[in-house]
Amino acid sequence: MNKQSLLALSPQLLRILALVAVTGLILLFFATQIENYLNGRLFNRISSSVAVMALIATGQTLVILTRNIDLSVGSTVGFTAFAAGSLITLMPDLNPALLVAYAALLGAGFGLVNGLLVAYASVPSIIVTLATMALYRSLLVEFSNAKSITSESLPAWLVDFPNLPVISIGDLQVRAGFLVAVTIVFLAHLALTRLRPARRIFAVGSNPEAAAMAGIDSRRVVLVAFILSGMLAGLAGFMFLARFGNITVVAGLGFELKSIAASVVGGVSINGGSGSVIGAFLGTILVDLIDSSLVRWPIVSEFWREAVLGAMILIAVAVDTLFIRRLDRMRAARAHETALAQQGAKS
Amino acid sequence: MKSRLYSWEGLLLVTFLIIFAFNTITQPQFLTVSNQINMFQLSIEKLIVVLVMAFIIINAEIDLSVGSMMGLSACAFGWSFQHGLDPALAIVLCLAIGAAGGALNGFFVAYMGLPSLVVTLATLIGFRGLARVMVEDRGITNFPDWFDAIGQQGFIGPVPFALVCFVIMFAVAWIVLEHSGFGRKTYVIGSNRHVADFAGIHVRRHKLIIFTLAGVVSAFAGLLYAARVGAVRGDVANGFELDIITIVLLGGASIFGGSGTLVGTGLAILIVLNLRNGMSLHNVTGHLQTGVIGILLIASVLGPRLQWPRRLGAARQR
Repeated sequence: MNKQSLLALSPQLLRILALVAVTGLILLFFATQIENYLNGRLFNRISSSVAVMALIATGQTLVILTRNIDLSVGSTVGFTAFAAGSLITLMPDLNPALLVAYAALLGAGFGLVNGLLVAYASVPSIIVTLATMALYRSLLVEFSNAKSITSESLPAWLVDFPNLPVISIGDLQVRAGFLVAVTIVFLAHLALTRLRPARRIFAVGSNPEAAAMAGIDSRRVVLVAFILSGMLAGLAGFMFLARFGNITVVAGLGFELKSIAASVVGGVSINGGSGSVIGAFLGTILVDLIDSSLVRWPIVSEFWREAVLGAMILIAVAVDTLFIRRLDRMRAARAHETALAQQGAKS
Repeated sequence: MKSRLYSWEGLLLVTFLIIFAFNTITQPQFLTVSNQINMFQLSIEKLIVVLVMAFIIINAEIDLSVGSMMGLSACAFGWSFQHGLDPALAIVLCLAIGAAGGALNGFFVAYMGLPSLVVTLATLIGFRGLARVMVEDRGITNFPDWFDAIGQQGFIGPVPFALVCFVIMFAVAWIVLEHSGFGRKTYVIGSNRHVADFAGIHVRRHKLIIFTLAGVVSAFAGLLYAARVGAVRGDVANGFELDIITIVLLGGASIFGGSGTLVGTGLAILIVLNLRNGMSLHNVTGHLQTGVIGILLIASVLGPRLQWPRRLGAARQR
C-alpha cells in the first residue's frame, strides 16, 4: 500500500485493519506451533469467553470516550451475577426476560450512582469508581452472607443458554451467548457512528469546551455513558452467571483492568474522544486469543501468559501512538503542500 | 491558627482524633504498644509505597504497577534464594529490578509520551506475569534466619525494622517534597507541565527519576513483605495499588496533580490505619472495611464541596 492511499483511510479504519492483521498473524503463528490448533473448538472456546468480556469492554469504551474511566465494572459484574443467581434460585419459574432485565437494571443503578457523582458532583471518575469498586464488592460480600451460588440450583435453560448452538458448521458453533454479545457491539457501533445523540459522546470526549459551546449538556452525556456502562456490566453479570453457574464473592474480580486493557489494545484513546467499540471488541478477541493460546503452547510455560500480555499491551499502545503521530505529521505536511500549491496558482 | 484548622490537613486531623478517641474509649486493648505497632506492621509495606505514590500523583501521573512490582521483587528474591544466590546479593538484584521496572514505566511515560494510566496498567499485568514465571504456583519459604528476623522481630526495642525505615523515609520524603528544589519542581510539573517546560525544568528527566524511584521503593517494600511473612507466592501484594492510591487521594492530593502535602498523606495513613484497626477490633470484616474506606474517599472529595464552609472547599481544591 503506498503513502497516498494510506493517508486516504481514516485512522479508525487503519486500526481495525491492523488489529485484524495482527490477529490473523497470531493465529497463523500458533497454527504452526500447536497441533490441531485451527479448529472449531478454538473458535467455540474463545467466543464463549469473549461473550462476557465484550459487553464489559463496550461499556468501558463508552465511558473512556467521554474522558472518564470505570473501575467499578468488575464489582458490578460480580454483584449482578450473584443477585440474578439468588433471584432465580428463589423463583425458579421467573420469566427469563425479567431476569435479564433485573440484572441490567441493577447494573444501570450502580452506573447511575457513578455517573451522578462524576457528572453532577464533579468528583474525578477515577476516585469515584475506585471507591465504588470497593463499595459494590463489599455490598456483594454482605448480600451473599458467605454463601455462594452453585449451578445445581439454577434452572437448566439458564445454564444451557450461552452454549446453545445457533449456527453449526462442523465443530464450529456460533453460540447464543456470543451472538448476543456481537449484536450488542454491532448496535453500539451503529449508534455511535450514525445517531446524533450518541455522537455527543465523541464531542464531549474530544473537546468538552467546544461541546459546551455547541449546546451539548456534557453532564448528561457523561451520566448516560456511566449508566450504559453499568447496564452492560449488569448484562455481562447475567452472562457470567449463565456461563459459569458457580458464583462466589470474587466473581468478576479484575475485570475492570481487563476491560480497560481490551479497549486500549483496540485503539480507544485513554484521553477520550477517539476509538470505536468494534476496535474494543477486536481488542477483546486478540487478548483472549493470546491468553488461551499461550496456555497450549508447549515451548513456554503457561506462567508466561501475563508477562506476554503486559508486554503486548505496551507495544500495541506505543506503536499505535507513534503511528498516529506520524500519520498526523504526514497529513499536516500534505495539507501544507496543497496550500502552498494553491497560493502559487493564485499569484 | 484559625486558618490552619480550616485547611484540609486540619479537617483530617480532627477526623483522625475523633476515630482515635472512639477507638481508645470503646476498646481497652487499642491503646497498647503492641496493638499500635501491630497496626502499623500489618500494612507497613503499603505505607512505604504511599510516600512515593504521593510524588507520582502530585506530579500528575499515576502508577498502577507498584503492587505488581512488590510481588516481582519478593518473587525474584525467592527465586534467587532458591537458586543458591547469596541473599545479600539477591537483595541488590531485587532493588535493581525495581529500578529497571520503574525506569521502563518512566521511559514510556516521559519520553514516549504515553498516558501513565495505560503504561502502568500494562506493567501491572506484565510485572505480575514475570513474578509468576519465577515462582510458578509454588510457595518459597525457609529464608535465612537473619532475613526473617528483619521482618518479624523488633529492631529498636519492640519497633520493627520496616517501621523504622518508614519513619526515616517519611522524614526524607517530607524534606524533599516540601523543602527542596526537587519537590518544588514536582509541584510545578504537576500543576502545569508546559509552564514547567518553559521555566527550563527537565520535565522528562524529572518524571523518569520519580518513576524509577517508585520502582525501587516498591521493590524494597516487596522485600520487607517477604521478610515479614517469611514466604513468597506469585500473588504477593496483589491489588495493593488501589489501597495505596486511596490513601494518597484521601490525604488531599489532587488526581490532576499539582497539589497535596506529605502531612496530609501522613494523616490519611493514620486515619485509614485507625479506622481499619478499630473496625477489626469491633469484628467488622475486611471487605466491609474496604467499603467504608471507599465511602470515606468519595466523601473526602464531595464533602468539602457540598456542606462545609466554602473556605474548606477551597482548601481541598488548592
